[in-house]
Amino acid sequence: MIANLSRRGLLGGIAAGGLVLGIGLPAARGQQQQRFGADGMPNGWRDDPRLFVAIAEDGIVTITCHRQEMGQGVRTSIPMVIAEELEADWSKVRVTQAPGDEARFGNQDTDGSRSLRHFFTPMRHAGAAARTMLEAAAAKQWGVPAEEVRAANHAVLHEKSGRSLGFGALARAAAEMPVPDRTTLRLKDPASFRLIGKDTVGLLDNHDITTGRAGYGIDARVEGMLHAVVARPPVFGGKVTSFDAAEALAVPGVVKVVAIDAPAIPSEFQPLGGIAVIARNTWAAMQGRDKLKITWDDGPHAVYSSDTYRAQLQEAARKPGKVVRSAGDVDRALAGAAKRVEAEYYIPHLAQTPLEPPAALVRIRDGQCEAWACTQAPQATRTRLAQRLKLPEDKVTVHVTLLGGGFGRKSKPDFVLEAGLCSQAMDGAPVKLTWTREDDLHHGFYHTVSVERLEAGLDADGKPVAWLHRSVAPTIGSIFAPDPKHELPLELGMGMVNLPFPIPNIRMENPEAVAHARIGWFRSVSNIPHAFAIQSFVAELAHAAGRDPKDYLLELIGPPRLYDPTDLGDVWNHGEDPKRYPIDTGRLRRVVEAAAEGIGWGRAMPQGSGLGLAGHYSFVSYVAAAVEVKMGSRGEISFPRVDIAIDCGPQVNPERIRSQMEGAVVMGTGLALSAEVSFKDGRVQQNNFDAYELTRIDSAPREIRVHLLPSRDYSQPLGGVGEPGVPPVAPAIANAVFAATGKRIRQLPIRDQLTT
Amino acid sequence: MTTLIVNGTERRFDGDPDMPLLWFLRDELGLTGTKFGCGQALCGACTVHVDGSAVRACQTPVSAIDGAKVTTIEGLSPDGEHPVQVAWRALNVSQCGYCQTGQIMQAASLLKDIPDPSDDDIDTAMSGNLCRCGTYPRIRAAIKQAAKGGRP
Repeated sequence: MIANLSRRGLLGGIAAGGLVLGIGLPAARGQQQQRFGADGMPNGWRDDPRLFVAIAEDGIVTITCHRQEMGQGVRTSIPMVIAEELEADWSKVRVTQAPGDEARFGNQDTDGSRSLRHFFTPMRHAGAAARTMLEAAAAKQWGVPAEEVRAANHAVLHEKSGRSLGFGALARAAAEMPVPDRTTLRLKDPASFRLIGKDTVGLLDNHDITTGRAGYGIDARVEGMLHAVVARPPVFGGKVTSFDAAEALAVPGVVKVVAIDAPAIPSEFQPLGGIAVIARNTWAAMQGRDKLKITWDDGPHAVYSSDTYRAQLQEAARKPGKVVRSAGDVDRALAGAAKRVEAEYYIPHLAQTPLEPPAALVRIRDGQCEAWACTQAPQATRTRLAQRLKLPEDKVTVHVTLLGGGFGRKSKPDFVLEAGLCSQAMDGAPVKLTWTREDDLHHGFYHTVSVERLEAGLDADGKPVAWLHRSVAPTIGSIFAPDPKHELPLELGMGMVNLPFPIPNIRMENPEAVAHARIGWFRSVSNIPHAFAIQSFVAELAHAAGRDPKDYLLELIGPPRLYDPTDLGDVWNHGEDPKRYPIDTGRLRRVVEAAAEGIGWGRAMPQGSGLGLAGHYSFVSYVAAAVEVKMGSRGEISFPRVDIAIDCGPQVNPERIRSQMEGAVVMGTGLALSAEVSFKDGRVQQNNFDAYELTRIDSAPREIRVHLLPSRDYSQPLGGVGEPGVPPVAPAIANAVFAATGKRIRQLPIRDQLTT
Repeated sequence: MTTLIVNGTERRFDGDPDMPLLWFLRDELGLTGTKFGCGQALCGACTVHVDGSAVRACQTPVSAIDGAKVTTIEGLSPDGEHPVQVAWRALNVSQCGYCQTGQIMQAASLLKDIPDPSDDDIDTAMSGNLCRCGTYPRIRAAIKQAAKGGRP
């Protein structure tokens, strides 16, 4: 029985009683063969309709969404795909959220902009298989060949006799039908799509969100629930030397104070340790925490200060490092160049700061642990919770709530483990653990900090003949392995080594960097520094060559052609098959052209205004941003308009693609203008949103126009949407600032660099 | 003892008088539509109406508003059909949705004071409400649509 499908009076549901069979497993996995896409993800994919579709006798179709909703619209878009193939009436579709269980549902890690890219086809199959079962049930009841019946608008019809039966009436019989083999399925002709690629469907959770009923992790409640907050080491890797909880325990409502052990390093997703205060309500827990007297051993990272660390990164970037891509002879070409241009860019740490801070509820009863959590990675949460609480994994259930934003932070289940440890310390009583905003900023998994150094040699025509790029940044690998000093292939493959410019002499290097903070992934990850540096540098070269930046960028991209990313030294390619997902410079050109055309590139701009442009390939999609900036009298920046163009291949839910692009522009604006996490003596200097400044409505672009490049061929592979909008925004802003002011921004955030 | 009228119902509280209204609503009354985002009145996720005005519940001690009428998102309209809520759905404003209850409460307050707000009015009234997903262009459009009744 699928536990979360037990909605009111579910009868005869296709999914009810469904066994977990191996039939959804990708077939014929080669032992040695490299696997790509969903096949390459832990636990792969499933397309068994019994896992994802349940039909009740009242005709209500309940679709199980196994990917996590954090604002990208997946709870709307994945059910749309199933409902399309099922021929379901959208108004009769309900959606239920799968618990963390990858053995049943396939991979559930909702990050990497992968949900539709990996599950479009399996979900089409699941919907088509369920539809086929309904058709078979109707044909059997009428005693006619299955070929003579067809599903449409939530019913199966037999045109010859004019008979029809609704899905509800067929549900019980359909559940008895064999699940058809996927190779026999008849998928819909995209020309007849009613939902996919259309703007016919509103956001699934619209009503709940606008009435306050939507349930996030922080909203989870059960009878007898206690509340907890944790005092964590102020420096990463620190630990408690001693503590006195007497005053904390004297706060009315505080019931217990519990020590959480500091983890071994590398600490992966483990809690940082510290002292938890458990109370009758959140406020009492916070008051109790304020009264704790703790002596900390700061450990080795108390030396970490952003100012000195930046100097170290710069020093490393000015010397040769590990070569990660090389073609031709860069040194010789630089020496012989007519002109040499070099620039160094600095991009600071960032925090994801989803507006819902990390929060989770855990209860342990009769040997069964239940968690309710706003997690992007429910299976990883389940596994780690079982390990940390020393319970068998099958005794741990992770219910996934809505996520009040994720952006990579909620891929890491440390906060759920903290709640689990608190519940265990209370003999299994339900404990909801909440992070404050200060906790979130001080104890995060930060976007890396980097220096990107670029040098180019131009020929007499201003065309680059040599390109040297050094990227220096502490790696995400540092949370998984002891002291790695180089970026991982997945980081280098985010817009650095896979540079698709036909320059004859290219060398890319990755000098060493030591991590002193927890590094994690932040929406679009290393694409942020790489795109900022490269797309700024291209505009710098255009200026040096006396050329229009758009023309120069398009010439550098060159004519339409396909690159096998492995030929560029990118062995990762966002996990996708390099043959199925080559880098297509034609598509990159087209988004650049579309964004430039949208903003009206080349139009005369008034004094103090300017246009900037950037294009970037990431998450196997192509995005370009064109920004109009207007400088105020004191050097303050405003954005009358941004045009952003995306080619993500075939589109499932254009309405949500537009919203993701709008959001990416706003997030990109924030990291360009004001967002920065900095350290002093190992401690994060920003406490809350007064110092960690995000874009607000009055500083956001006034108008954002999204251009979706049409793609109607649904046999083509899908690209990512959630992340690739972010990387081109900051360099487009910096390039627009240059056009408006003549000042080149090489350090983010811009903050007061332009104010007078 | 503090007494409040929350969404039309009398509620009594005799705990820590410093407890912010936010935690009284969420933890004691189970009204979780009012959100915690910063605890410092920097993000607006906890916006509710106290005696008709938008306030940040995270910085409003329960004892400071004894006798007040409090309206939360759950009480904004009996059926979720306030013009602001209608416009929010019509334009699919939300992404993750977490900040939107605070945005809606702030927008409803704005429209009560200024029925046909200009862009500057919207900037002034709404700049205290953060949206990390970046739904601002649609928030602006939805407020303008709500000013005309909510539906396009």
